Amino acid sequence: MSRYAYYPGCSLETMAATYHVSSMEVAHKLGMELEELEDWNCCGATAYSHVDELLATVLCARNLAIAEKQGLSIVAPCNACYKNLWTTNAALKRDPDLAEHMNYALEADDLHYDGSVEVSHIMDAFSTPEVLETIRQKANDRLKGLKVAPYYGCQIVRPRRPGLELSQVDNPQYFEELLRAAGADPVPYAYKLRCCGAALMVTNRRAAVQMVRDLLQNAVDSGAEVIATACPLCQTNLECYQAEVNHAYDADYAMPILYFTQLLGLALGVGVKRLGIGKELVSPDVVLKRAKAAATSQSS
Amino acid sequence: MVTTTARPLSFREEVENLLHAEEGASLVRCIQCATCSAVCPVVEFMDHTPRMLIGLINAGMKDEVMASNTFWTCASCYACTEKCPEGIRPADVMYALTRYSLWRDTFDRDWVAPEFSRRFTKTILRTGKSYEPGYAPAFIFEGGFSGMVREMQMGLKLLAKGRMPLIPSRIKRIHNLRSMVARVMPLDGIE
Repeated sequence: MSRYAYYPGCSLETMAATYHVSSMEVAHKLGMELEELEDWNCCGATAYSHVDELLATVLCARNLAIAEKQGLSIVAPCNACYKNLWTTNAALKRDPDLAEHMNYALEADDLHYDGSVEVSHIMDAFSTPEVLETIRQKANDRLKGLKVAPYYGCQIVRPRRPGLELSQVDNPQYFEELLRAAGADPVPYAYKLRCCGAALMVTNRRAAVQMVRDLLQNAVDSGAEVIATACPLCQTNLECYQAEVNHAYDADYAMPILYFTQLLGLALGVGVKRLGIGKELVSPDVVLKRAKAAATSQSS
Repeated sequence: MVTTTARPLSFREEVENLLHAEEGASLVRCIQCATCSAVCPVVEFMDHTPRMLIGLINAGMKDEVMASNTFWTCASCYACTEKCPEGIRPADVMYALTRYSLWRDTFDRDWVAPEFSRRFTKTILRTGKSYEPGYAPAFIFEGGFSGMVREMQMGLKLLAKGRMPLIPSRIKRIHNLRSMVARVMPLDGIE
């Protein structure tokens, strides 16, 4: 059984609590153990890097050192947390001076980091060849024919991790494979790697609203019934600000935005409520109706 | 009298010195091909494109660069960083400029982004975690009164759905975290 140190990140305690519960349910179904990182702290998002580089590094170094103490590698469900953790990890592994400086700081919390931890996005953990096979075997019909736009976002693939080919970050396919394994029908979504605007929703509203509009329109044009996301910031911008887009552009988008773990959970037979479905501002009824119809036809 | 032959740092070198832990190529490698500008999803909201900004840095035009909104408009999507044929990491350069602008206090007080980053940082130093409702509401006035009403309506809906906590969460060893940060830089510089 695979076991990871689970780093939820701040959003999964608040806006994205449904991502947290659905990740836990899916991990449980797949026989994967997610042990929450003890007393973890914020990854610093983009704000810490805006203020100071070492400040951003020290925050992530603490989380890495705690994982090392627990003897586990980290999985993170948020694209930004994931990117911050792995870039810091890579910097600490290649730069002994930086590691020494950070270890001096870590002493203040009785911690030390030797660089033994690996960092993955939770989607990586849910899409290894073995896990994909398990999903194929266990998946029911609830997502059959459901047209899903696989929205990767940015920092899940960029900046590129060492060892990856340009094609793997230009046109990755692992999200699509995962959705197919769960029985869904991923649509070709041209904007799947385009930015959701991230914190610009607060600092430059006009820019972010336009970016969200483009993503929604492209999903509609692709024939998607739902956008699946792998990041709490993407989900929040696409879903909670859909009304703002409709206001700004006199539009009537009603595109459900679900976490990929919620869709996976449905396919693995987890109850709707246990996946946190029902807490959206844009109704995901289209997804649920299809799931219900599939369940009915299956039982008849 | 002791004379020194050390020449002052160029502006480009000052910027690059703020990127100690990164591994991008030096800005002198820039060939002005504008790939960064072409792939940037927010370029139309910038007063200088990323290509122009790098050109201005290399030309030592500090005042023009620091007055630009470009680096506060960057969404950190790293599209440019992936595509630069010279291995420059423009998204990281944007971070270097935001740091420079906060240190030297050169940012325009009307901009939301610098104050947002400062506030975010202070929150983390107090609690160890970020807390959206704690700093976001101060900025919703940007949309005027009707924008504020819409934002509040959304907040209430999220509250009703249990997605908006009223009490910020806090890590257990916040004092140790603060001591850690103090070993890296003086806390009074950020608080």
